[in-house]
Amino acid sequence: MTDLTALTIADLRDGYAAKSFSAREVTDAYLGAIEAKNERLNAYIVTTAEQAREMAGASDKAIAAGTARPLEGVPLGIKDLYATKGVHTQACSHILDGFKPPYESTVTQNLWDDGAVMLGKLNMDEFAMGSSNETSYYGAVVNPVSETEDLVPGGSSGGSAAAVAANMCAAATASDTGGSIRQPAALTGTVGIKPTYGRCSRWGMVAFASSLDQAGPITRTVRDAAIMLRSMASSDAKDTTCVDMPVPDYEAAVGKSIKGMKIGIPREYRMDGMSDEIDALWKEGAERLRDAGAEIVDISLPHTKYALPAYYIVAPAEASSNLARYDGVRYGLRVDGENITDMYERTRAAGFGDEVQRRIMIGTYVLSAGFYDAYYTRAQKVRTLIKQDFERAYADGIDCILTPATPSAAFPIGDVSKQEDPVAMYLNDVFTVTVNMAGLPGIAVPAGVDAKGLPLGLQLIGKPFGEEDLFRVGAVL
Amino acid sequence: MSVDLATVKRVAALSRIRVSDERAEELVPELNTILGFVEQLQEVDVEGVEPMTSVVDMDMRKRADVVTDGEMAEAVTANAPGSDDNFFAVPKVVE
Repeated sequence: MTDLTALTIADLRDGYAAKSFSAREVTDAYLGAIEAKNERLNAYIVTTAEQAREMAGASDKAIAAGTARPLEGVPLGIKDLYATKGVHTQACSHILDGFKPPYESTVTQNLWDDGAVMLGKLNMDEFAMGSSNETSYYGAVVNPVSETEDLVPGGSSGGSAAAVAANMCAAATASDTGGSIRQPAALTGTVGIKPTYGRCSRWGMVAFASSLDQAGPITRTVRDAAIMLRSMASSDAKDTTCVDMPVPDYEAAVGKSIKGMKIGIPREYRMDGMSDEIDALWKEGAERLRDAGAEIVDISLPHTKYALPAYYIVAPAEASSNLARYDGVRYGLRVDGENITDMYERTRAAGFGDEVQRRIMIGTYVLSAGFYDAYYTRAQKVRTLIKQDFERAYADGIDCILTPATPSAAFPIGDVSKQEDPVAMYLNDVFTVTVNMAGLPGIAVPAGVDAKGLPLGLQLIGKPFGEEDLFRVGAVL
Repeated sequence: MSVDLATVKRVAALSRIRVSDERAEELVPELNTILGFVEQLQEVDVEGVEPMTSVVDMDMRKRADVVTDGEMAEAVTANAPGSDDNFFAVPKVVE
């Protein structure tokens, strides 16, 4: 019998239509896979088996009645920063200890409305701050690409990427503030898209940096990413930054010819000390697109190198403000103190991990009196320049931009050089962070392997709301 | 720019995070590594550049000024570590 957990969303849809298997059977197969694999991988922090079987039962009824919806019976894993009603939602932080929201995030509600089945909540870096999933209160996630070595799956959506790569869910929700969808997708050989800022509602997502955060899926194929994003995206009166635009049929773009499309290759992404493997992969990717009829054009994005330092002002500044709400009063952890300030300070010291504390303090410092203009205002001006670089390229007729997704393949858990130097860890996002700073869509697709056989990815960057171009070109890579 | 021990302690207090003397010592080089990294922004010419306020070109959406929910004090306080009769309970703040 076929391994039901190896099927893509598109396969499941066909199989349900042909009555080859039931949603209950598929869901049970996934619950079995989670039980078998999660002890090593630690991708799930909570499974919701009972709820999953109930939702699958409802899907089987809908399929039998001929009223199947776009994601009917598709078992998903949900990143722990999406509010799921009555179910563990802590953004993998101790400070949200015991939090069970009395409401559902817009994105997950959209998925359930389209018939999807929830398997459980997925591990992530605490408050999505990290590039290796090692800052989670629930421990590191192991990347399934190696059976012998314990490698990181990337982060912050490390649980999402590992679960998809290990066939522990058909697809997963993820979120991306500086590369948190695309970097883990690249390190696990999966597909991850961060849509244009405003395409998905942020309502009910635990906030990290509100001007950069965006929801997106991690999947096994480009087609599945298109199917997932169509359901996740919507307009939403509850998020004023969510756009009022119809959601296109992204799947229709998959398989379309890319003949005549102009693909930009930005010279500033050829970083000092970049490995030959990444460089070769990038060239091969460009050749593949040329062979498929696209025109390859060298372009310049001169402010690229300033994106990461500007990000490490803007993101901590917004985080320090967003995370001010965790004070031990309305939800989560409380550590009692001698007075209310003492209670706040003890609660936040016990509840936040080291990386989160560091970022809150950096954010507090750059926003403090006397430093605001030198740091924050300057970073926001640099952000304008970064966006203008992209606008110029697109005005010159470029349709999308091809870059590497990460500077290296997956690295070992507990890598000392990255533990001791926070900036060494931050450099993981050097190719992805520009996209968040400019609010653009970006997709990471698997494109090859390194000398050790570990997956490597390439990134495509699109115009604002140019997700269809990314699916069209991404399917060719 | 860089921070010294006194600044780290001040920032920790502003952040409402209790930091031990030992941890504050460690945080000095950790925060300075990050501040050293972002220092390179000083070399960018930003003369006449508008700071970004919105990444997506859109008008601020406004909704009608009407009550859309409420009357759910129980749900609002359900997750509170300390609550009494649908009020949040905190240590005494007024003497």
